[in-house]
Amino acid sequence: MWLPRWRRAKPWQCRWCGASCGVMETDPGLLMAAVRSPYQRDPAWRGRLAWLLVSAVLLWPLLVLTEFRPWRMLDSRSLQVTAHFLAGFLPPALDADFLRVVARETWRTVAIATAGVTLALLLAAPLALVATAALSISSLSGRMGVVPFVTRQAARALMVALRTVPELVWALVFVRVVGLGPTSGVLAIGLTYGGMLGKVFAEILEGSDEHPTRTLLANGGGRLQAFLYGLLPQAAPELTSYTIYRWECAIRSSVVLGFVGAGGLGQQMDSSLKMLAGNEVATMLLVFIGLVWLADSASAWLRGLLR
Amino acid sequence: MSAGPPAFERLPSGLITPRVRAGSVLLAAIALVVASFWSLDLQWSALWSRDSLAAMARFAGEFFPPDTSALFVSKVVQATAETLAMSALGTLVAALFGLLLALPAARTHGGALWRVPTRLLLNALRAVPELVWASLMLITAGLGPMAGTLALALHTTGVLGRLFAEAIENAPPAPAFALRAQGARPAQVLLYATLPQVAPQLLSYTLYRWENNIRAASILGVVGAGGLGQLLSYHLGLFQMGRTATVLLAMLALVLAVDTTSYFARRAMTR
Amino acid sequence: MKAAGSSLQLEQVSVRYPGGASQTRPALADVEFKVDGGEHVALVGPSGAGKTTLLHVAAAALRATRGRVLLDGQEPWALGSRSRQQLRRRLFLAPQVPPLPPRQRVVTAVLAGRLPAMSLASSLRSLLYPLDIGAAHEALEPFDLGGRLFDRVDRLSGGERQRVSLARALLAPARLWLLDEPLSALDPVRATRALQIVRQRASQRGITLVVSMHQVDMAMTHFPRLIGVRAGRIRFDSPPSQISPEQLRSLYEREAPTPEPSDVAAEVETGETVAVPMVWR
Repeated sequence: MWLPRWRRAKPWQCRWCGASCGVMETDPGLLMAAVRSPYQRDPAWRGRLAWLLVSAVLLWPLLVLTEFRPWRMLDSRSLQVTAHFLAGFLPPALDADFLRVVARETWRTVAIATAGVTLALLLAAPLALVATAALSISSLSGRMGVVPFVTRQAARALMVALRTVPELVWALVFVRVVGLGPTSGVLAIGLTYGGMLGKVFAEILEGSDEHPTRTLLANGGGRLQAFLYGLLPQAAPELTSYTIYRWECAIRSSVVLGFVGAGGLGQQMDSSLKMLAGNEVATMLLVFIGLVWLADSASAWLRGLLR
Repeated sequence: MSAGPPAFERLPSGLITPRVRAGSVLLAAIALVVASFWSLDLQWSALWSRDSLAAMARFAGEFFPPDTSALFVSKVVQATAETLAMSALGTLVAALFGLLLALPAARTHGGALWRVPTRLLLNALRAVPELVWASLMLITAGLGPMAGTLALALHTTGVLGRLFAEAIENAPPAPAFALRAQGARPAQVLLYATLPQVAPQLLSYTLYRWENNIRAASILGVVGAGGLGQLLSYHLGLFQMGRTATVLLAMLALVLAVDTTSYFARRAMTR
Repeated sequence: MKAAGSSLQLEQVSVRYPGGASQTRPALADVEFKVDGGEHVALVGPSGAGKTTLLHVAAAALRATRGRVLLDGQEPWALGSRSRQQLRRRLFLAPQVPPLPPRQRVVTAVLAGRLPAMSLASSLRSLLYPLDIGAAHEALEPFDLGGRLFDRVDRLSGGERQRVSLARALLAPARLWLLDEPLSALDPVRATRALQIVRQRASQRGITLVVSMHQVDMAMTHFPRLIGVRAGRIRFDSPPSQISPEQLRSLYEREAPTPEPSDVAAEVETGETVAVPMVWR
């Protein structure tokens, strides 16, 4: 390793083992002698160098593809627009009319989320029940029959399909079909969350103790009875807890969906942004953060209550 | 179940038994649901009418076949690359800044003076969804993928910063203790004792967030932040369903690819 | 040239851990002794006697409830935190459980001993490429670990890790070595050899050495001065020739048979969880 001459070691100086070295606390910048051991090179160095080069090579196209030019945000026109917008943030719009609008839209957001999750539950409950292998009567006597097996896999596949399409895409499609407004939001949340809830419900049901359910089925009980008396009692707390958690997520989703026209606080924020009305956006951001925090606390409290 | 005192000696059970609690919560929930549906004025009738159902069926049919012309596919591939780059760069920047912010935010490192505002900042960054950040970033960065990258970076910094801070707090303290006892500088203690221990965890969190960000990046374009989302929104607006279907397929393929890569990368790290 | 080792002095030091089982007795009570520069001292006593607490107090990693500690005549807790950190550079504390990050390589772990003397820039550079592999090798060679330079710490056995932790001392710019049970995971042959190396290097460089150990016979053979600790108090403080067998017996009486390393580790756990917050001032 190359060092400038004034830093290179003198022969009698500072090899810790046995030589003179009494100055450490007054010389914190002391560099150890760069006496390279004649036979030891760091074997990991090649690998590290290779990683560094590969990362640099991969980084370049990333910067190009994303048109990442942060200095453009600092040119005079950009700065003017940004400064004007940010200046509008204070004071946040607090006039009565606007606050009324915001309150109404906030309630609509919560309503969209609630309605969406209700729809999702209506969708997820039957799907989860169908997909649960624990309720399979045919498998009581060994392997599951073909038809029940296929039905179960189909239910699973449907849930996966519902989950994988982003809810924003559903919302976009529904807005085209039914027009702007909360309906598309409710449907989008209902479908996506139906898939999510269904999958997790099925997992929770599968994870519970199967024995009471199998016993009920084996003794001739119907599937619904087996579910209500066997699976549901033990799984209920978990099921409820997850539903509440998803409701809280749905509130955030419905704000996001509002940006494509699904109503609620998001739609209002979108229109205010397009008008560059900084003060309105500031109020709504604050309300949004407050809403999320409130929903978070409520959800945590409820879940603690149910434990 | 313990035996407890005999029934006549026990205090009367409280007014709010668990059953009453659960029951009232259920009632409140039902009330909320009813209120929601009622106040939203959803047009179910319009939705389920014969005409609109037929329209929907027709609409769904237009998705097939997806447009596979070479010109369009090349556009989709470019948009896919843009989306991938957005998510990767956004996550990378977020990991960097998240680490920087996690240091004052961790209980073990930061003084109380820095910890509270840093945590507030991280929470604020996290609370705002990526799409909202994207809309905001469009103002400063203009249309295009840079706004999307910045939006992802901002939101993910909040998430990763919090996760990193928790990982740093939970790192076994012995190596750091020994170095501090020797009089090493805090930065040196961080580099030689804390970070080597939490590095795999930090990397794992970052890869996990990348999986999430690829989904987010796909749809950020809907507000104008480039990538597949912008393409989707454009063609959907023109009711070109065949092309929309292609874009959707590309989105799904991308998400699948990133999920798989991330999964294998995380497996390789824990070996 | 032999630079002077640091001196250590404890005056009427008492340590009481807040709350819990320590309501019964303090961890240390009225401990008082002085170690001059260049002296070699062994701390002996049963597990739970307070040897670890004593070493942590001496290292200014734990603040005594009463009494004071003097390092080279200076009171670390009377200084500001920055000057205290500077003062800590004069000492090296080797905790009983080797404080090595599992995924770090031995070369980096050993060179970390030198960190107090390195600038931030060089410590950063050393992470990329270790700045003095030769020194690390020379520190590890006497402990028969020269060939394990580039292995990961978690691939080493417990005894090997303990020897790496000792090798760190050889690289540290310290004038005072405080070693907590450094031989607990080593077999007798290796333990004797390690102790000889440590003592040899310490006397070569004039470094003050305070070692706590439970192998009394080894302590009697190798150290010119023994301090016996039991139940937080010093029972004797004299050269081996002046220690009677009865004194040794009473020190260890009614205790479990020779503590396994795991027993002492339990003591260290409780010690360390309290000690850790103190060092962050």
